[in-house]
Amino acid sequence: MLELNSITKIYNPGTVTEMCLFQDFNLQINDGQFLSIVGSNGSGKTSLLNIICGSIPIENGDVIINGKNIARLKDYQRYSRIGRVYQNPAMGTCPHLTILENMSLADNKGRRFNLSSGINKNRKSYYQEQLATLGLGIENKMDIKVGLLSGGQRQALALIMTTLTPIEFLILDEHTAALDPNTAEIIMKLTDQVVKSKKLTAMMVTHNLRYAANYGNRLIMMNRGQIVLDRAENEKAQTSVDDLLTMFNAISIECGN
Amino acid sequence: MNVLLDLIISTSTQGLIYALLSFGVYITYKILDFPDLTVDGSFPLGAAVTAVMMTNGSNPWLTLPVSMAAGALAGLTTGLIHVKLKVRDLLAGIITMTALFSINLQIAGSNLIINRDVDTIFTSAFVTSFLGSSSLIYRKLIVSLLIVIMVKVLLDLYFMTKSGLLLRAVGDNSVLVTSLAKDKGTVKIIGLVISNALVALSGSIVCHEQRAFSSTMGTGQVVFGLATVIIGTTIFQKFDSVHGTTAALIGSIIYKACMQLAISLGLPANLLKLITAVLFLAILVFGNYQKRHNATLKQKG
Repeated sequence: MLELNSITKIYNPGTVTEMCLFQDFNLQINDGQFLSIVGSNGSGKTSLLNIICGSIPIENGDVIINGKNIARLKDYQRYSRIGRVYQNPAMGTCPHLTILENMSLADNKGRRFNLSSGINKNRKSYYQEQLATLGLGIENKMDIKVGLLSGGQRQALALIMTTLTPIEFLILDEHTAALDPNTAEIIMKLTDQVVKSKKLTAMMVTHNLRYAANYGNRLIMMNRGQIVLDRAENEKAQTSVDDLLTMFNAISIECGN
Repeated sequence: MNVLLDLIISTSTQGLIYALLSFGVYITYKILDFPDLTVDGSFPLGAAVTAVMMTNGSNPWLTLPVSMAAGALAGLTTGLIHVKLKVRDLLAGIITMTALFSINLQIAGSNLIINRDVDTIFTSAFVTSFLGSSSLIYRKLIVSLLIVIMVKVLLDLYFMTKSGLLLRAVGDNSVLVTSLAKDKGTVKIIGLVISNALVALSGSIVCHEQRAFSSTMGTGQVVFGLATVIIGTTIFQKFDSVHGTTAALIGSIIYKACMQLAISLGLPANLLKLITAVLFLAILVFGNYQKRHNATLKQKG
Protein backbone atom coordinates (compact mmCIF):
# COMPACT_ATOMS: atom_id res chain seq x y z
CA MET A 1 0.00 0.00 0.00
CA LEU A 2 1.18 3.49 -0.86
CA GLU A 3 0.10 6.46 1.22
CA LEU A 4 0.70 10.13 0.59
CA ASN A 5 -0.10 12.05 3.77
CA SER A 6 -0.54 15.83 3.99
CA ILE A 7 1.85 16.62 1.18
CA THR A 8 2.71 20.27 0.67
CA LYS A 9 4.62 21.22 -2.45
CA ILE A 10 5.48 24.82 -3.27
CA TYR A 11 7.38 25.69 -6.45
CA ASN A 12 9.87 28.58 -6.24
CA PRO A 13 9.18 29.31 -2.56
CA GLY A 14 9.99 32.84 -1.45
CA THR A 15 10.01 34.33 -4.94
CA VAL A 16 7.47 36.31 -6.96
CA THR A 17 6.76 33.19 -9.02
CA GLU A 18 5.90 31.17 -5.90
CA MET A 19 3.22 28.60 -6.71
CA CYS A 20 1.63 26.25 -4.23
CA LEU A 21 0.71 23.07 -6.11
CA PHE A 22 -0.21 20.72 -3.26
CA GLN A 23 -1.59 21.85 0.07
CA ASP A 24 -2.29 19.04 2.53
CA PHE A 25 -2.66 16.52 -0.33
CA ASN A 26 -3.66 12.94 0.56
CA LEU A 27 -3.84 9.81 -1.55
CA GLN A 28 -3.97 6.14 -0.67
CA ILE A 29 -3.38 3.34 -3.16
CA ASN A 30 -4.19 -0.17 -1.94
CA ASP A 31 -2.31 -3.33 -2.88
CA GLY A 32 -3.34 -4.68 -6.25
CA GLN A 33 -4.77 -1.40 -7.45
CA PHE A 34 -3.93 -0.24 -10.95
CA LEU A 35 -4.55 3.48 -10.78
CA SER A 36 -4.83 5.74 -13.83
CA ILE A 37 -4.30 9.45 -13.37
CA VAL A 38 -5.59 11.99 -15.87
CA GLY A 39 -5.60 15.76 -15.80
CA SER A 40 -4.55 18.74 -17.87
CA ASN A 41 -1.01 20.05 -18.07
CA GLY A 42 0.02 21.63 -14.80
CA SER A 43 -2.56 19.72 -12.77
CA GLY A 44 0.17 18.00 -10.77
CA LYS A 45 0.23 14.49 -12.23
CA THR A 46 3.92 14.34 -13.00
CA SER A 47 4.78 16.28 -9.85
CA LEU A 48 2.97 13.56 -7.93
CA LEU A 49 5.16 10.87 -9.48
CA ASN A 50 8.28 12.94 -8.88
CA ILE A 51 7.32 13.42 -5.23
CA ILE A 52 6.88 9.67 -4.76
CA CYS A 53 10.22 8.93 -6.45
CA GLY A 54 12.09 11.72 -4.69
CA SER A 55 13.00 13.52 -7.92
CA ILE A 56 11.73 16.81 -6.46
CA PRO A 57 11.79 17.99 -2.83
CA ILE A 58 8.62 18.66 -0.83
CA GLU A 59 7.96 21.15 1.93
CA ASN A 60 5.97 18.83 4.13
CA GLY A 61 4.30 15.42 4.27
CA ASP A 62 4.97 11.69 4.30
CA VAL A 63 5.34 9.15 1.52
CA ILE A 64 4.70 5.70 2.97
CA ILE A 65 5.14 2.42 1.12
CA ASN A 66 3.97 -0.68 2.99
CA GLY A 67 4.34 1.08 6.32
CA LYS A 68 7.78 2.53 5.66
CA ASN A 69 8.15 6.28 5.34
CA ILE A 70 10.44 7.00 2.40
CA ALA A 71 9.98 10.79 2.30
CA ARG A 72 13.45 11.41 3.72
CA LEU A 73 15.26 8.90 1.50
CA LYS A 74 17.32 9.88 -1.55
CA ASP A 75 15.83 9.09 -4.97
CA TYR A 76 18.05 6.09 -5.69
CA GLN A 77 17.28 4.59 -2.27
CA ARG A 78 13.55 4.74 -2.99
CA TYR A 79 13.96 2.82 -6.24
CA SER A 80 14.78 -0.34 -4.32
CA ARG A 81 11.00 -0.52 -3.76
CA ILE A 82 9.77 1.32 -6.85
CA GLY A 83 10.01 0.61 -10.57
CA ARG A 84 9.45 3.36 -13.11
CA VAL A 85 8.86 3.42 -16.85
CA TYR A 86 9.46 6.81 -18.40
CA GLN A 87 7.77 8.70 -21.21
CA ASN A 88 11.03 8.77 -23.15
CA PRO A 89 11.88 5.20 -24.25
CA ALA A 90 15.58 6.11 -24.06
CA MET A 91 15.41 6.53 -20.27
CA GLY A 92 14.76 2.91 -19.37
CA THR A 93 17.62 1.19 -21.19
CA CYS A 94 21.32 1.66 -22.02
CA PRO A 95 21.72 2.19 -25.79
CA HIS A 96 25.36 1.08 -26.02
CA LEU A 97 24.87 -2.12 -24.05
CA THR A 98 23.39 -5.27 -25.56
CA ILE A 99 19.92 -6.57 -24.71
CA LEU A 100 21.58 -9.32 -22.67
CA GLU A 101 23.68 -6.80 -20.74
CA ASN A 102 20.65 -4.59 -20.11
CA MET A 103 18.62 -7.55 -18.85
CA SER A 104 21.53 -8.65 -16.64
CA LEU A 105 21.75 -5.18 -15.10
CA ALA A 106 18.01 -5.13 -14.42
CA ASP A 107 18.14 -8.66 -13.00
CA ASN A 108 20.77 -7.62 -10.46
CA LYS A 109 18.68 -4.83 -8.98
CA GLY A 110 18.63 -5.08 -5.20
CA ARG A 111 21.87 -7.07 -5.12
CA ARG A 112 25.51 -6.00 -5.02
CA PHE A 113 27.28 -4.89 -8.18
CA ASN A 114 30.56 -6.59 -7.31
CA LEU A 115 33.41 -8.19 -9.25
CA SER A 116 31.52 -11.36 -10.18
CA SER A 117 30.65 -11.89 -13.82
CA GLY A 118 28.23 -9.27 -15.12
CA ILE A 119 26.35 -11.77 -17.23
CA ASN A 120 25.03 -14.99 -15.82
CA LYS A 121 24.79 -17.34 -18.81
CA ASN A 122 22.40 -19.65 -16.93
CA ARG A 123 19.84 -16.86 -16.78
CA LYS A 124 19.91 -16.14 -20.52
CA SER A 125 17.10 -18.56 -21.36
CA TYR A 126 14.98 -17.07 -18.57
CA TYR A 127 15.52 -13.59 -20.04
CA GLN A 128 14.59 -14.88 -23.48
CA GLU A 129 11.46 -16.45 -22.04
CA GLN A 130 10.47 -13.13 -20.47
CA LEU A 131 11.16 -11.19 -23.67
CA ALA A 132 9.28 -13.76 -25.75
CA THR A 133 6.06 -12.77 -23.94
CA LEU A 134 6.35 -9.44 -25.77
CA GLY A 135 5.93 -11.16 -29.11
CA LEU A 136 8.36 -8.74 -30.75
CA GLY A 137 11.07 -11.24 -31.59
CA ILE A 138 13.76 -9.36 -29.67
CA GLU A 139 14.53 -12.51 -27.64
CA ASN A 140 16.49 -13.69 -30.68
CA LYS A 141 18.66 -10.56 -30.75
CA MET A 142 20.22 -10.82 -27.30
CA ASP A 143 23.63 -9.63 -28.48
CA ILE A 144 22.65 -6.52 -30.42
CA LYS A 145 22.94 -3.07 -28.91
CA VAL A 146 19.69 -1.67 -27.55
CA GLY A 147 20.28 1.61 -29.42
CA LEU A 148 19.45 -0.25 -32.63
CA LEU A 149 15.93 -1.11 -31.45
CA SER A 150 12.90 1.04 -32.28
CA GLY A 151 11.30 3.26 -29.65
CA GLY A 152 8.47 0.79 -29.12
CA GLN A 153 10.83 -2.15 -28.75
CA ARG A 154 12.95 -0.19 -26.27
CA GLN A 155 9.88 0.75 -24.25
CA ALA A 156 8.74 -2.88 -24.18
CA LEU A 157 12.22 -3.92 -23.06
CA ALA A 158 12.17 -1.19 -20.39
CA LEU A 159 8.85 -2.50 -19.11
CA ILE A 160 10.20 -6.04 -18.81
CA MET A 161 13.43 -4.79 -17.19
CA THR A 162 11.56 -2.69 -14.64
CA THR A 163 9.37 -5.59 -13.56
CA LEU A 164 12.05 -8.30 -13.74
CA THR A 165 12.84 -8.11 -10.03
CA PRO A 166 10.16 -7.89 -7.33
CA ILE A 167 9.02 -4.31 -6.74
CA GLU A 168 6.42 -2.97 -4.36
CA PHE A 169 5.13 -0.26 -6.65
CA LEU A 170 5.19 0.37 -10.42
CA ILE A 171 5.09 3.88 -11.84
CA LEU A 172 4.15 4.46 -15.47
CA ASP A 173 4.98 8.02 -16.43
CA GLU A 174 3.04 8.70 -19.68
CA HIS A 175 4.90 5.68 -20.96
CA THR A 176 2.97 5.42 -24.25
CA ALA A 177 3.01 9.15 -25.08
CA ALA A 178 6.11 9.08 -27.29
CA LEU A 179 4.99 6.08 -29.35
CA ASP A 180 2.93 5.83 -32.53
CA PRO A 181 -0.74 4.80 -31.99
CA ASN A 182 -0.21 1.14 -32.93
CA THR A 183 2.87 0.70 -30.80
CA ALA A 184 1.23 2.59 -27.94
CA GLU A 185 -1.66 0.12 -28.11
CA ILE A 186 0.73 -2.85 -27.98
CA ILE A 187 2.68 -1.39 -25.05
CA MET A 188 -0.54 -0.64 -23.19
CA LYS A 189 -1.78 -4.20 -23.60
CA LEU A 190 1.59 -5.52 -22.49
CA THR A 191 1.51 -3.27 -19.46
CA ASP A 192 -1.91 -4.55 -18.48
CA GLN A 193 -0.73 -8.13 -18.97
CA VAL A 194 2.42 -7.60 -16.88
CA VAL A 195 0.57 -5.80 -14.08
CA LYS A 196 -2.00 -8.59 -13.89
CA SER A 197 0.37 -11.53 -14.16
CA LYS A 198 2.81 -10.15 -11.59
CA LYS A 199 -0.03 -8.81 -9.40
CA LEU A 200 1.61 -5.39 -9.21
CA THR A 201 0.33 -2.25 -7.55
CA ALA A 202 0.67 0.40 -10.21
CA MET A 203 0.07 4.02 -10.98
CA MET A 204 -0.19 5.30 -14.54
CA VAL A 205 -0.16 8.92 -15.64
CA THR A 206 -1.67 9.30 -19.09
CA HIS A 207 -3.12 11.90 -21.43
CA ASN A 208 -5.03 9.20 -23.24
CA LEU A 209 -8.52 9.16 -21.72
CA ARG A 210 -9.37 5.92 -23.51
CA TYR A 211 -6.50 4.09 -21.82
CA ALA A 212 -7.53 5.61 -18.50
CA ALA A 213 -11.09 4.36 -19.00
CA ASN A 214 -10.26 0.93 -20.41
CA TYR A 215 -7.35 -0.14 -18.25
CA GLY A 216 -6.84 -0.39 -14.52
CA ASN A 217 -9.32 -0.67 -11.69
CA ARG A 218 -9.22 2.86 -10.33
CA LEU A 219 -9.14 6.28 -11.92
CA ILE A 220 -8.51 9.75 -10.58
CA MET A 221 -8.72 13.07 -12.37
CA MET A 222 -6.62 15.95 -11.12
CA ASN A 223 -6.94 19.68 -11.44
CA ARG A 224 -4.65 22.27 -9.90
CA GLY A 225 -3.20 19.94 -7.32
CA GLN A 226 -6.52 18.46 -6.24
CA ILE A 227 -8.32 15.22 -6.94
CA VAL A 228 -11.61 16.15 -8.61
CA LEU A 229 -12.71 12.62 -9.48
CA ASP A 230 -11.92 9.29 -7.84
CA ARG A 231 -13.61 6.14 -9.05
CA ALA A 232 -12.73 2.51 -8.36
CA GLU A 233 -13.93 -0.99 -9.23
CA ASN A 234 -17.53 -1.08 -10.54
CA GLU A 235 -17.97 2.64 -10.49
CA LYS A 236 -14.78 2.92 -12.54
CA ALA A 237 -15.85 0.17 -14.93
CA GLN A 238 -19.03 2.07 -15.72
CA THR A 239 -17.14 5.26 -16.54
CA SER A 240 -16.92 5.69 -20.30
CA VAL A 241 -14.48 7.74 -22.33
CA ASP A 242 -17.28 10.19 -23.11
CA ASP A 243 -18.03 10.69 -19.43
CA LEU A 244 -14.39 11.43 -18.83
CA LEU A 245 -14.18 13.78 -21.77
CA THR A 246 -17.20 15.77 -20.56
CA MET A 247 -15.72 16.14 -17.11
CA PHE A 248 -12.33 16.88 -18.52
CA ASN A 249 -13.65 19.67 -20.72
CA ALA A 250 -15.54 21.08 -17.78
CA ILE A 251 -12.39 21.52 -15.75
CA SER A 252 -9.70 22.15 -18.28
CA ILE A 253 -8.77 24.32 -21.16
CA GLU A 254 -6.74 21.76 -22.96
CA CYS A 255 -7.87 18.26 -23.86
CA GLY A 256 -4.97 15.85 -23.65
CA ASN A 257 -4.56 12.88 -25.94
CA MET B 1 69.14 0.99 -40.69
CA ASN B 2 69.85 0.26 -37.07
CA VAL B 3 69.08 3.88 -36.21
CA LEU B 4 65.68 3.57 -37.85
CA LEU B 5 64.95 0.30 -36.03
CA ASP B 6 65.94 1.88 -32.73
CA LEU B 7 63.67 4.80 -33.47
CA ILE B 8 60.73 2.49 -34.22
CA ILE B 9 61.33 0.55 -31.01
CA SER B 10 61.61 3.61 -28.81
CA THR B 11 58.52 5.16 -30.42
CA SER B 12 56.53 1.96 -29.84
CA THR B 13 57.71 1.92 -26.23
CA GLN B 14 56.49 5.50 -25.81
CA GLY B 15 53.15 4.58 -27.36
CA LEU B 16 52.79 1.63 -24.99
CA ILE B 17 53.66 3.53 -21.82
CA TYR B 18 51.35 6.40 -22.71
CA ALA B 19 48.61 3.91 -23.63
CA LEU B 20 48.07 3.47 -19.88
CA LEU B 21 47.12 7.15 -19.78
CA SER B 22 44.86 6.59 -22.79
CA PHE B 23 43.10 3.77 -20.92
CA GLY B 24 42.43 6.21 -18.10
CA VAL B 25 41.05 8.87 -20.43
CA TYR B 26 39.03 6.20 -22.23
CA ILE B 27 37.28 5.38 -18.94
CA THR B 28 36.38 8.97 -18.09
CA TYR B 29 35.78 10.44 -21.54
CA LYS B 30 34.29 7.50 -23.41
CA ILE B 31 32.64 5.41 -20.70
CA LEU B 32 31.68 7.96 -18.04
CA ASP B 33 31.19 10.87 -20.46
CA PHE B 34 33.16 12.96 -17.96
CA PRO B 35 35.79 15.37 -19.37
CA ASP B 36 38.35 14.87 -16.61
CA LEU B 37 41.18 17.41 -16.55
CA THR B 38 42.66 15.88 -13.38
CA VAL B 39 44.92 13.96 -15.79
CA ASP B 40 47.27 16.93 -16.27
CA GLY B 41 47.96 16.73 -12.53
CA SER B 42 47.74 13.02 -11.78
CA PHE B 43 50.21 12.13 -14.56
CA PRO B 44 53.11 14.15 -13.04
CA LEU B 45 51.88 13.04 -9.60
CA GLY B 46 52.78 9.47 -10.50
CA ALA B 47 56.16 10.66 -11.73
CA ALA B 48 56.80 12.79 -8.64
CA VAL B 49 56.01 9.94 -6.26
CA THR B 50 58.21 7.61 -8.30
CA ALA B 51 61.15 10.03 -8.49
CA VAL B 52 61.13 10.64 -4.74
CA MET B 53 60.87 6.95 -3.88
CA MET B 54 63.67 6.06 -6.31
CA THR B 55 66.05 8.73 -5.04
CA ASN B 56 65.36 7.42 -1.54
CA GLY B 57 66.44 3.94 -2.57
CA SER B 58 63.05 2.24 -2.69
CA ASN B 59 62.43 -0.93 -4.69
CA PRO B 60 61.59 0.28 -8.24
CA TRP B 61 58.59 -2.07 -8.54
CA LEU B 62 57.09 -0.70 -5.35
CA THR B 63 56.80 2.73 -7.01
CA LEU B 64 54.13 1.42 -9.39
CA PRO B 65 51.41 0.54 -6.86
CA VAL B 66 52.24 3.56 -4.70
CA SER B 67 51.92 5.87 -7.72
CA MET B 68 48.63 4.23 -8.61
CA ALA B 69 47.35 4.79 -5.08
CA ALA B 70 48.35 8.46 -5.28
CA GLY B 71 46.57 8.80 -8.65
CA ALA B 72 43.51 7.04 -7.22
CA LEU B 73 43.45 9.61 -4.43
CA ALA B 74 43.56 12.42 -7.02
CA GLY B 75 40.63 10.85 -8.86
CA LEU B 76 38.77 10.45 -5.59
CA THR B 77 39.28 14.15 -4.87
CA THR B 78 37.86 15.21 -8.24
CA GLY B 79 34.98 12.77 -7.76
CA LEU B 80 34.10 14.05 -4.31
CA ILE B 81 34.31 17.68 -5.46
CA HIS B 82 31.97 16.89 -8.33
CA VAL B 83 29.53 14.55 -6.60
CA LYS B 84 29.40 15.77 -3.00
CA LEU B 85 30.09 19.49 -3.51
CA LYS B 86 28.13 19.56 -6.78
CA VAL B 87 30.80 21.37 -8.81
CA ARG B 88 30.60 20.92 -12.59
CA ASP B 89 32.69 18.07 -13.99
CA LEU B 90 35.09 20.23 -15.98
CA LEU B 91 35.68 22.63 -13.07
CA ALA B 92 36.11 19.81 -10.54
CA GLY B 93 38.97 18.45 -12.67
CA ILE B 94 40.55 21.88 -13.09
CA ILE B 95 40.51 22.45 -9.32
CA THR B 96 42.28 19.16 -8.58
CA MET B 97 44.72 19.66 -11.44
CA THR B 98 45.67 23.12 -10.20
CA ALA B 99 46.10 21.91 -6.64
CA LEU B 100 48.22 19.00 -7.83
CA PHE B 101 50.72 21.29 -9.53
CA SER B 102 51.76 22.60 -6.12
CA ILE B 103 51.37 19.23 -4.43
CA ASN B 104 53.64 17.57 -7.00
CA LEU B 105 56.34 20.18 -6.34
CA GLN B 106 55.87 19.67 -2.60
CA ILE B 107 56.33 15.94 -3.02
CA ALA B 108 59.37 16.15 -5.29
CA GLY B 109 60.88 19.36 -3.86
CA SER B 110 61.87 20.47 -7.32
CA ASN B 111 62.45 18.93 -10.73
CA LEU B 112 64.32 15.68 -10.09
CA ILE B 113 66.85 13.67 -12.04
CA ILE B 114 67.35 10.04 -11.03
CA ASN B 115 71.03 9.10 -10.92
CA ARG B 116 72.42 6.51 -13.34
CA ASP B 117 73.40 4.21 -10.49
CA VAL B 118 69.78 3.86 -9.30
CA ASP B 119 67.97 0.87 -10.76
CA THR B 120 64.68 1.51 -12.59
CA ILE B 121 62.14 -1.20 -13.39
CA PHE B 122 63.94 -1.61 -16.71
CA THR B 123 67.32 -2.25 -15.13
CA SER B 124 66.16 -4.05 -11.98
CA ALA B 125 67.67 -7.40 -11.10
CA PHE B 126 64.35 -9.10 -11.76
CA VAL B 127 64.23 -7.94 -15.39
CA THR B 128 67.93 -8.40 -16.13
CA SER B 129 67.71 -11.99 -14.91
CA PHE B 130 65.34 -12.67 -17.82
CA LEU B 131 66.42 -10.12 -20.39
CA GLY B 132 69.94 -9.28 -19.28
CA SER B 133 71.49 -10.08 -22.62
CA SER B 134 69.28 -7.76 -24.64
CA SER B 135 70.00 -4.06 -24.88
CA LEU B 136 68.15 -1.50 -22.78
CA ILE B 137 65.75 -0.30 -25.47
CA TYR B 138 64.51 -3.87 -26.06
CA ARG B 139 64.10 -4.36 -22.33
CA LYS B 140 62.06 -1.15 -22.15
CA LEU B 141 59.86 -2.33 -24.99
CA ILE B 142 59.27 -5.79 -23.54
CA VAL B 143 58.64 -4.63 -19.97
CA SER B 144 56.27 -1.88 -21.15
CA LEU B 145 54.47 -4.32 -23.42
CA LEU B 146 53.99 -6.83 -20.60
CA ILE B 147 52.66 -4.19 -18.21
CA VAL B 148 50.29 -2.73 -20.81
CA ILE B 149 48.94 -6.14 -21.81
CA MET B 150 48.40 -7.07 -18.17
CA VAL B 151 46.54 -3.81 -17.44
CA LYS B 152 44.50 -4.12 -20.64
CA VAL B 153 43.41 -7.68 -19.87
CA LEU B 154 42.50 -6.76 -16.30
CA LEU B 155 40.49 -3.77 -17.51
CA ASP B 156 38.67 -5.78 -20.16
CA LEU B 157 37.81 -8.37 -17.52
CA TYR B 158 36.65 -5.65 -15.14
CA PHE B 159 34.27 -4.21 -17.75
CA MET B 160 32.60 -7.64 -17.89
CA THR B 161 31.90 -7.76 -14.15
CA LYS B 162 28.74 -6.49 -12.48
CA SER B 163 30.61 -3.44 -11.21
CA GLY B 164 32.07 -2.81 -14.68
CA LEU B 165 28.66 -3.17 -16.29
CA LEU B 166 27.24 -0.57 -13.91
CA LEU B 167 30.17 1.75 -14.74
CA ARG B 168 29.38 1.46 -18.45
CA ALA B 169 25.69 2.03 -17.69
CA VAL B 170 26.26 5.27 -15.78
CA GLY B 171 27.84 7.03 -18.76
CA ASP B 172 25.30 5.56 -21.14
CA ASN B 173 22.14 6.37 -19.17
CA SER B 174 22.54 7.50 -15.58
CA VAL B 175 18.75 7.49 -15.07
CA LEU B 176 18.80 3.71 -15.37
CA VAL B 177 21.46 3.44 -12.67
CA THR B 178 19.22 5.44 -10.32
CA SER B 179 16.30 3.16 -11.26
CA LEU B 180 18.47 0.20 -10.24
CA ALA B 181 18.59 1.75 -6.75
CA LYS B 182 22.29 2.61 -7.11
CA ASP B 183 23.90 5.98 -6.41
CA LYS B 184 25.26 7.20 -9.75
CA GLY B 185 27.66 9.54 -7.92
CA THR B 186 29.44 6.60 -6.28
CA VAL B 187 29.78 4.84 -9.62
CA LYS B 188 31.29 7.97 -11.19
CA ILE B 189 33.77 8.23 -8.33
CA ILE B 190 34.84 4.61 -8.85
CA GLY B 191 35.47 5.39 -12.53
CA LEU B 192 37.52 8.48 -11.72
CA VAL B 193 39.57 6.55 -9.17
CA ILE B 194 40.44 3.76 -11.62
CA SER B 195 41.13 6.26 -14.42
CA ASN B 196 43.54 8.43 -12.46
CA ALA B 197 45.29 5.41 -10.95
CA LEU B 198 46.11 4.34 -14.52
CA VAL B 199 47.20 7.85 -15.51
CA ALA B 200 49.55 8.02 -12.51
CA LEU B 201 50.89 4.56 -13.38
CA SER B 202 51.69 5.91 -16.83
CA GLY B 203 53.45 8.91 -15.25
CA SER B 204 55.41 6.59 -12.99
CA ILE B 205 56.67 4.45 -15.87
CA VAL B 206 57.57 7.55 -17.90
CA CYS B 207 59.64 8.65 -14.91
CA HIS B 208 61.41 5.26 -14.92
CA GLU B 209 62.00 5.56 -18.63
CA GLN B 210 63.29 9.14 -18.64
CA ARG B 211 64.89 9.02 -15.19
CA ALA B 212 63.36 12.40 -14.49
CA PHE B 213 60.43 14.27 -13.02
CA SER B 214 59.56 17.74 -14.19
CA SER B 215 56.70 19.77 -12.77
CA THR B 216 55.47 20.69 -16.25
CA MET B 217 55.42 17.17 -17.69
CA GLY B 218 51.65 17.01 -17.24
CA THR B 219 50.87 19.90 -19.55
CA GLY B 220 48.81 18.76 -22.52
CA GLN B 221 48.39 15.15 -21.36
CA VAL B 222 44.59 15.42 -21.33
CA VAL B 223 44.66 16.54 -24.93
CA PHE B 224 47.01 13.70 -25.77
CA GLY B 225 44.70 11.21 -24.04
CA LEU B 226 41.58 12.55 -25.74
CA ALA B 227 43.30 12.56 -29.13
CA THR B 228 44.45 8.95 -28.81
CA VAL B 229 41.03 7.74 -27.68
CA ILE B 230 39.33 9.59 -30.52
CA ILE B 231 41.88 8.35 -33.10
CA GLY B 232 41.44 4.78 -31.87
CA THR B 233 37.67 4.78 -31.69
CA THR B 234 37.36 6.57 -35.07
CA ILE B 235 39.51 3.93 -36.74
CA PHE B 236 37.65 1.04 -35.18
CA GLN B 237 34.13 2.47 -35.08
CA LYS B 238 32.91 -0.01 -37.67
CA PHE B 239 34.21 -2.96 -35.67
CA ASP B 240 31.93 -3.63 -32.74
CA SER B 241 34.04 -6.50 -31.49
CA VAL B 242 37.19 -4.39 -30.97
CA HIS B 243 37.57 -3.47 -27.32
CA GLY B 244 37.76 0.21 -26.45
CA THR B 245 41.04 -0.48 -24.69
CA THR B 246 42.50 -1.89 -27.91
CA ALA B 247 41.39 1.21 -29.78
CA ALA B 248 43.00 3.48 -27.16
CA LEU B 249 46.23 1.44 -27.28
CA ILE B 250 46.48 1.63 -31.08
CA GLY B 251 45.54 5.32 -30.95
CA SER B 252 48.38 5.99 -28.54
CA ILE B 253 50.96 4.23 -30.71
CA ILE B 254 49.77 6.00 -33.87
CA TYR B 255 49.89 9.35 -32.13
CA LYS B 256 53.41 8.86 -30.80
CA ALA B 257 54.54 7.66 -34.24
CA CYS B 258 53.11 10.80 -35.88
CA MET B 259 54.89 13.01 -33.37
CA GLN B 260 58.16 11.13 -33.86
CA LEU B 261 57.78 11.48 -37.60
CA ALA B 262 57.23 15.24 -37.27
CA ILE B 263 60.35 15.60 -35.15
CA SER B 264 62.40 13.42 -37.51
CA LEU B 265 61.33 15.64 -40.38
CA GLY B 266 62.93 18.54 -38.58
CA LEU B 267 60.02 20.07 -36.66
CA PRO B 268 61.36 22.31 -33.87
CA ALA B 269 60.44 20.92 -30.43
CA ASN B 270 58.94 24.28 -29.49
CA LEU B 271 56.17 23.75 -32.04
CA LEU B 272 55.19 20.33 -30.69
CA LYS B 273 52.18 21.49 -28.66
CA LEU B 274 50.96 23.60 -31.56
CA ILE B 275 51.09 20.55 -33.80
CA THR B 276 49.29 18.57 -31.09
CA ALA B 277 46.47 21.12 -31.04
CA VAL B 278 46.19 21.20 -34.84
CA LEU B 279 46.28 17.42 -35.05
CA PHE B 280 43.61 17.15 -32.36
CA LEU B 281 41.37 19.59 -34.21
CA ALA B 282 41.87 17.68 -37.45
CA ILE B 283 40.90 14.41 -35.76
CA LEU B 284 37.76 15.93 -34.26
CA VAL B 285 36.68 17.45 -37.57
CA PHE B 286 37.43 14.22 -39.39
CA GLY B 287 35.47 12.24 -36.79
CA ASN B 288 32.47 14.58 -37.17
CA TYR B 289 32.67 14.30 -40.95
CA GLN B 290 32.70 10.50 -40.73
CA LYS B 291 29.72 10.49 -38.39
CA ARG B 292 27.72 12.70 -40.74
CA HIS B 293 28.81 10.60 -43.69
CA ASN B 294 27.68 7.41 -41.95
CA ALA B 295 24.39 9.02 -40.94
CA THR B 296 23.65 9.92 -44.56
CA LEU B 297 24.51 6.38 -45.61
CA LYS B 298 22.08 5.01 -43.04
CA GLN B 299 19.31 7.33 -44.22
CA LYS B 300 19.83 6.28 -47.81
CA GLY B 301 20.17 2.58 -46.93
